[in-house]
Amino acid sequence: MRADLRLGIDVGGTNTDAVVLDRDDVLLAKAKAPTTPDVTTGIAGSIEAVLDQLGADRDRVTHAMLGTTHATNALLARTGLRRVAVLRIGGPATHAVPPLATFPPDLRAAVSVGAMVVDGGIEFDGTEVAPFDADATARFFSTVADRADAVAITSVFSAVSDRHELAAEAIAHAVLGDVHVSLSHEVGSIGLVERENATVLNAALVGLAETVAQSFAAALERHGLRPACYFAQNDGTLMELEYALRYPVLTIRCGPANSMRGAAHISGVRDALVVDVGGTSTEVGVLINGFPGESGDSVGIGGVRTNFRMPGLVTLPLGGGTVVGDGGANGAIGPRSVGYRLIESALVFGGTTPTLTDAAVAGGRVEVGHRRPAGRHRAVLAAALARSDAMLAEAIDQAKMVRGEQPLIVVGGGGFLVPDTVPGVSEIHRPPDYEVANAIGAAIGQVSGQVERIARFRFGGRTAAIQEACDSARLQAIRAGADPERTEIVDVEEFPLAYLTDPAVRIRAKAAGPLRFI
Amino acid sequence: MTQRQERGRGSGTPAARADRGPTRSIDVDDLPALARGCAVMGAGGGGDPLVGVLMAREAIQRHGPVRLVDLGDLPDDGLVMPCGLVGAPTIAIEKLENGGEGGCLAAEAEALTGRPVVAIMPFEIGGSNGLIPLTWAARLGLPYVDADGMGRAFPTMPQMTMNLAGVSSSPCLMADERLNTLVIRTGGVEWTERLLRSSTAAFGGAAVAALYLMDVATARRATVPGSVSRALELGTAMARVEIDPIDTVVEELAAVELIRGKVIDVERETSGGFVRGSAIVEDATGEGRLLRLEIQNENLAALEDGEVRACVPDIITVLDARTGEAIVTERLRYGQRVGVIAFPCPEVWRSPAGLAVAGPAAFGLRFPYTPLAAGGTRAS
Repeated sequence: MRADLRLGIDVGGTNTDAVVLDRDDVLLAKAKAPTTPDVTTGIAGSIEAVLDQLGADRDRVTHAMLGTTHATNALLARTGLRRVAVLRIGGPATHAVPPLATFPPDLRAAVSVGAMVVDGGIEFDGTEVAPFDADATARFFSTVADRADAVAITSVFSAVSDRHELAAEAIAHAVLGDVHVSLSHEVGSIGLVERENATVLNAALVGLAETVAQSFAAALERHGLRPACYFAQNDGTLMELEYALRYPVLTIRCGPANSMRGAAHISGVRDALVVDVGGTSTEVGVLINGFPGESGDSVGIGGVRTNFRMPGLVTLPLGGGTVVGDGGANGAIGPRSVGYRLIESALVFGGTTPTLTDAAVAGGRVEVGHRRPAGRHRAVLAAALARSDAMLAEAIDQAKMVRGEQPLIVVGGGGFLVPDTVPGVSEIHRPPDYEVANAIGAAIGQVSGQVERIARFRFGGRTAAIQEACDSARLQAIRAGADPERTEIVDVEEFPLAYLTDPAVRIRAKAAGPLRFI
Repeated sequence: MTQRQERGRGSGTPAARADRGPTRSIDVDDLPALARGCAVMGAGGGGDPLVGVLMAREAIQRHGPVRLVDLGDLPDDGLVMPCGLVGAPTIAIEKLENGGEGGCLAAEAEALTGRPVVAIMPFEIGGSNGLIPLTWAARLGLPYVDADGMGRAFPTMPQMTMNLAGVSSSPCLMADERLNTLVIRTGGVEWTERLLRSSTAAFGGAAVAALYLMDVATARRATVPGSVSRALELGTAMARVEIDPIDTVVEELAAVELIRGKVIDVERETSGGFVRGSAIVEDATGEGRLLRLEIQNENLAALEDGEVRACVPDIITVLDARTGEAIVTERLRYGQRVGVIAFPCPEVWRSPAGLAVAGPAAFGLRFPYTPLAAGGTRAS
């Protein structure tokens, strides 16, 4: 018996999807279960359903990949977050923009137990902005000792040298004991405000990540499975469980990248628009050569700026569970959704809440549920469907990066909402298994490693630094579980530091490879 | 031709000026629009204005809105301080400022001249420097002059209108985030540039500077008027999402849309302290048109079929096709969907003296200056 199957799971706002693929990426089983408030039950439900379908082959599952929206949800709801002591090492520089200045006030209140800027930090050439103030650091940690259950440490130019961050980490452990410490040089790239934000969010999410990982492992264990576990991250690649526990912020918004990679895989179309209609929201993005087109902007998470590179998306509050006629207006839709309670609340399932799923059934676009919406709802549902079509058409047009007609791939459980003709779309692909594209995207993900360096041009510094960055990225990917034989450098970017007398360049190298099977 | 007449069409209409009234001020809510406008006027250089927005927001929240004044509203003999950030924007987004740097510059300027600074002026409207001195104006409680020394972004100190007008660059004041200060006295702007550049390296790759200190009467003939309000109005117009964002910019600036399409190649090398390189944009309509951008920190020239379609000192900016936001040269990447626009520089740059410091030859380009044709048109 070959042990070579991958289980891919994607926790959505409405449904938790699961698929099993073999080593040739052929889909062997798929299932959906409602996402539940505790999430654990939903994951367990989808695992159980998909393993039931798989039957005796279930013992062949060697890898399990989870893409989840936990982190995003927690940040949006401001719940389940750790209380973070925020330390910035950069004084006397950086005072012009204090830590957390760009956080929404309620999120700041939920996350921060205090923020402090101490003297220290690194210049881009490796010298010090100022000597690291260890005493002030220790005093700060002492003042928050009774409240902090995580620490976020960000030093100026920690990509050049991490020494001040490491020194502060040691003090954090000395004062606060065995507390989680997030270090900025491991979380984000250059851009102090955005990297600091990401580091603080990461520290806040650490407890949640542990809960999710435990529930995932427990759900698999119940079926006698102990596969290697991976988490999907925001660039569409995978990271090992251990890594994900330390860097949960990287899992944020992995869903769109997964669904777009999945859409490319199942449709065989590599350049197209992708619309992913879920139960609560819809996302439209662009596929370029099989990979999601990236957002040019810094990406905000829960209202906070970060410098992650993520798929460029147009998002709509519209999905299969979206409530119709809220607020009394004829044809008004959303933004409220019945979400995972669709199968009890929607009219076609015998409930009393008109939803867009009911509108699609009434409009003849899909057959679900066990009853037709009553005649008195018809006019409202028709108006809602027309409104939904208009919103989708507008979002699809907005997502385009070029003029002219383009193909559109429709995925997601609510894909039936997308009409068969959309303005500006040349052809519509509704590939098989479209409703589990997210989970497929998670399962086919590659394992990646990424590093960033700053190099000065003198004395051949650039060539050596590029080589070193590539080697380190490759090693990171292999350590994270990529097949060494097939791990390649997928991206080397150089960002010159403009207006500098002694030329320097920022180098970012990324390696990725398929999972190694033993 | 006087400076007043040189004002770009975007902001200079009498109606727009009347609307603003005598007591304009810049508040927190104006900052995103100002940043968008400054970025477009940056010709791909001058750095990402975001960090300037964050600093100015912090300062305005603490100290209140900043009054935006015309030079005509200030006393003739008042001291104006042109200032901004020097060095690498990439360093400035990492090693943020202390905030007190502008206060150091002003204190030094006042000590050297024996006169109070009556207003802060950005020496460069393009990019982050259109915003950074606003932070200092807020903290010092001084008005912000609706003018600048470039009307765009340029890489060096001689490339300021004050230089063309014969204002001395000396004394040049510098400060860093440790509030170290430096006074550079020279006999000419070339030495100011040379000493300022090497001092910037010593300060850690980024520092702040004030130079071309002058009285208001001199500033009226030596600067580009209306720059700040032009950026503000442009940025405000861009926020109106109902129109295509690139068309909006073209209309506001009376610009020419050179091409709309995809970035298919970016080549860069860092030589002689500046990032040089080129980018190629392929037309989106499939006609096979290619536009080549010559880059040295800013976009210097746009060539098509070997012909110069636009070049310095006229302003060439690459805009994100979806959002209309300017893309700085450091962020140009393969695959980006963009529109490339060009619009006329302030008239003073087209004079022989202006072209000598900021024309194609000044950047090592081997073709003569071709003035940009009247704008307001689309490529297609």
